[in-house]
Amino acid sequence: MTMKSRFSCLVGALGAGMVVAATAHADITVISFGGTVQKAQVKAYYEPFTKATGIKLIPGEYNGEQAKIKAMVDTKNVTWDVVEVESAELVRGCEEGLYEKLDFAKIGDKKDFIPSAVTECGIGTFIWSTVIAYNADKIKTPPASWAEFWDVKKFPGKRGMRKGAKFTMEIALLADGVKPDDVYKVLATKEGVERAFKKLDQLKPNIQWWEAGAQPPQLLAAGDLVMSSAYNGRIETAQKEGKNLKIVWNGGIYDADNWAIPKGTPKREDAYKFIKFASEAANQKVYSSEIAYGPTNLKAIPLLDPKILPELPTSPANLKNALACNTKFWVERGEDLEQRFNAWAAK
Amino acid sequence: MNTVEDAMKPPAGGREVPLKVRLRRAERARTLGYLALIAPLAIFVLLIFVWPLISLLQRSVDNPEVSAALPRTVAALHGWSGHELPGEPAFAALAADLEALKGTSELASAAKRVNMELIGFRSLLLGAAREMPLAAGKPAKDAMIELDERWGELATWQVLARNRASVTPYYLLTALDFAIDDTGAVINAPAERTIYRAILVRTLWMSVIVTFWCLLLGFPVAYLLATQPPKVANLLMILVLLPFWTSVLVRVAAWIVLLQNEGPLNTAMVRLGLIDAPVQLVFNWIGVYIAMVHILLPFTVLPLYSVMKGISPTLMRAALSLGCPPFASFWKVYFPQTLPGIGAGGLLVFILSMGYYITPALLGSPKEQMASYFVAFYTNETINWGMAAALSTILLVATLALYVIYARYFGPAKVR
Amino acid sequence: MLQSYASPLERIWYYVFRILCGLILLFLIVPILVIMPLSFNSDSFLMYPMSGFSMRWYEEFFGSGVWRTALKNSMIISPLATLLAVALGTLASVGLVRANFRGKALLTSILISPMIVPVVIVGVAVYLVFSPLGLSGSYTGLILAHAVLGVPFVVITVTATLQGFDYNLIRAAASLGADPVTAFFKVTLPLVAPGVISGALFAFATSFDEVVVTLFLASPEQSTLPRQMFSGIRDNISPTIAAVATVLIATATLMLLLLEWMRRRNERLRTARP
Repeated sequence: MTMKSRFSCLVGALGAGMVVAATAHADITVISFGGTVQKAQVKAYYEPFTKATGIKLIPGEYNGEQAKIKAMVDTKNVTWDVVEVESAELVRGCEEGLYEKLDFAKIGDKKDFIPSAVTECGIGTFIWSTVIAYNADKIKTPPASWAEFWDVKKFPGKRGMRKGAKFTMEIALLADGVKPDDVYKVLATKEGVERAFKKLDQLKPNIQWWEAGAQPPQLLAAGDLVMSSAYNGRIETAQKEGKNLKIVWNGGIYDADNWAIPKGTPKREDAYKFIKFASEAANQKVYSSEIAYGPTNLKAIPLLDPKILPELPTSPANLKNALACNTKFWVERGEDLEQRFNAWAAK
Repeated sequence: MNTVEDAMKPPAGGREVPLKVRLRRAERARTLGYLALIAPLAIFVLLIFVWPLISLLQRSVDNPEVSAALPRTVAALHGWSGHELPGEPAFAALAADLEALKGTSELASAAKRVNMELIGFRSLLLGAAREMPLAAGKPAKDAMIELDERWGELATWQVLARNRASVTPYYLLTALDFAIDDTGAVINAPAERTIYRAILVRTLWMSVIVTFWCLLLGFPVAYLLATQPPKVANLLMILVLLPFWTSVLVRVAAWIVLLQNEGPLNTAMVRLGLIDAPVQLVFNWIGVYIAMVHILLPFTVLPLYSVMKGISPTLMRAALSLGCPPFASFWKVYFPQTLPGIGAGGLLVFILSMGYYITPALLGSPKEQMASYFVAFYTNETINWGMAAALSTILLVATLALYVIYARYFGPAKVR
Repeated sequence: MLQSYASPLERIWYYVFRILCGLILLFLIVPILVIMPLSFNSDSFLMYPMSGFSMRWYEEFFGSGVWRTALKNSMIISPLATLLAVALGTLASVGLVRANFRGKALLTSILISPMIVPVVIVGVAVYLVFSPLGLSGSYTGLILAHAVLGVPFVVITVTATLQGFDYNLIRAAASLGADPVTAFFKVTLPLVAPGVISGALFAFATSFDEVVVTLFLASPEQSTLPRQMFSGIRDNISPTIAAVATVLIATATLMLLLLEWMRRRNERLRTARP
């Protein structure tokens, strides 16, 4: 073999390798928020789903950024088949044509689900809550509310908050004494936004921002934070691992995470199969037993071990002083407030 | 490929071509041959790198949304004075556009685009679309204003009219903290929204600090390496090269471990009694600077070392033997000769740190994020690709300006 | 060297300077030394003091689906990207060194610019252009983008090697009847091989350590080691990261040794030349 033909073989092999690598997948890709949420999903949904249907599943994770989905849908090159989306992003994405309008006949009876979980483009998969979490080794008397979260004299040290306007703005107003029912009314006004930022200014030097849900338990356990806003399920799983972290439910903000299908996926039918499977009461029960998020399938609730009910955001005691995230508000004001927040945080 | 030897041979038969011409021909043929060698790479880089870059820059002024979604309205607004509400035809055209595009993603993206400049426009437009078609028998103008009184406001129509053009200065202006007011004039953005000039200054300033420290720490190490016998120098070189070849992410992870509140550094300092309680060293500026200097330090050590290797030690000895004190002879004789290395290493580090993203993102707070972070933020999180492109343009111009200086004084071949 | 007749001040400076340099070198190496032992930690905190010895994080690394996929992807993408960069870069370098034409400096700058342009910009630009072509979320797209990032290193090292290359050898080959292609493979390539290989190592390291472009371009199926580490560091700092780090440090050491060997060989070849 001459050098020349050897070289052209190499180039040929390279090209062939690329083609093979690019086409060799027929499994469905399911994207969720990663960490312990994903671990629970693997146990409750992914593995049993593959076992039941023989459809292989590639789990992926993201932090809720919609850009990849938009790029995929715009260019008709959709490689994600099912995505876990927060409610506001779901509604916005639905309007912008990022998600398939769901055919509920393929999923289940709408009446089986919490009414707010059923939307045009998505089906709620669990209810989660943003709560105050603290390291009980460091703090003996827990903070009673978001107002005490601001009290750096009583509780010196850094606090964690989710980087972004969503939830942070609400928390600031709650801490400033606004009643949960009025939060969005106040926030809709210019003065309300100023008030929230002014309140945040007070705490700013003591805030450490987090982005992924797995961070607060990590940072709390490592002693970097004394308290933090956190997703309740992540704290609960950290407790199971023996970390002395505790939750304050007062003033929690709850929202649903949803399954949605990016528009134009070639594996839509398999995606429906997965969503149907993951919305079944028996499987949601497994999920809620793995991580303390509330099921959206009403039939799953009686199946649950009564011992874990008080841990769920949907238990009546935990809902008492809680705030439901207002999807409509964030659809409208989200982008603007996120940018404003970004400018504020970077200073 | 012709060679000079071929050209020297007289052509078989035929007229005698002057040697000069033949030489020039041979030269040209050879150059063409070399160009053919370069061509595959040039085409590759053009397609995979230059073209994407140019189309990104183009995006910073691109404005297709409104004209694509509302063609009739755009046509009806042609020639509108902008001083009073447009007439019935414009309202009717808008109603027709909304009816045609109701519920489509084109309309949603137009709504999103205008919402950037006028908050609330999104729901205004999408809300109006939901009410289409308008009840017959009433002028569209009255019907629209009845739907939402904002349709009767001048600002609503001005922002629509402003965006009918397919090119917009909006993104670039915003990326430089300017805004457009209702009259269309360029003004400074309101204080609570200004950020980008500060970010640009911060990016430059952080790069200066990192470069300064890299040079300060890199110089003595390079000097030590250059003056040791090869055996020792090679051994010490490993200490420089091993981190250089280790993944940036590994080093970032290592610094998190080292610097965290209950990490080895804090524990050691508390034990030694230097501090009473752990200090925060990571997820703030300290961590970012430490890790950036650590990652970029080899980029100053290596060029400095290669320059210092070429400096003859006899010059220093000569200065010393002529009675010049050691520090003075170092400063006056040795140091000036290292300037090319300082320039090369310094600018390399400066340019590289201008584009840093991973290290501040993983080790810093929002206050340490540099320009790159905001490019990624707009690309991924708010899907505002126009803003991402505009910020990229500004960062790119700043970087290329520096690169031109760098190439002019030090040349690309001297990078390593 | 410290001379026996040095003044006390010089003596002090001599030691101060060495301690200073020692500290800086320590600063360079300490993170690498610190993270490796933690990969053998038996509990799940990435923290000192260690509670015991275990191999569980290596088991997790080599056993878990995501990390194995990431390792596999890195082993597909980086070599192919390197191959592409080296093949195109070496050819072009030969042309660049020997040809003289207007705009050569500009062309060279353009070929080298992927190293200079902030990588986030490259990532966004490539992502927005590749998406409509169906190249985002594909191996092909990642390989092409990684190759472009590796090209400057190949061009720089190979042109540098070629500048010291004796072209009479090619003429000799030609006069002995070798056609240019044969001459390239039989004469040029063996002599510039050290430059090509170090260029290849740089290109490989660039791709193997690349995370930003991957962040934009890759779907979970193409997630590479650095990409997986990125989400690992951000979301879930477990000692698995330390295990991956240790494996990567071992790779780096290997590459370093290879490079050093190439350098020595190169030196020998150069000095051996009459």
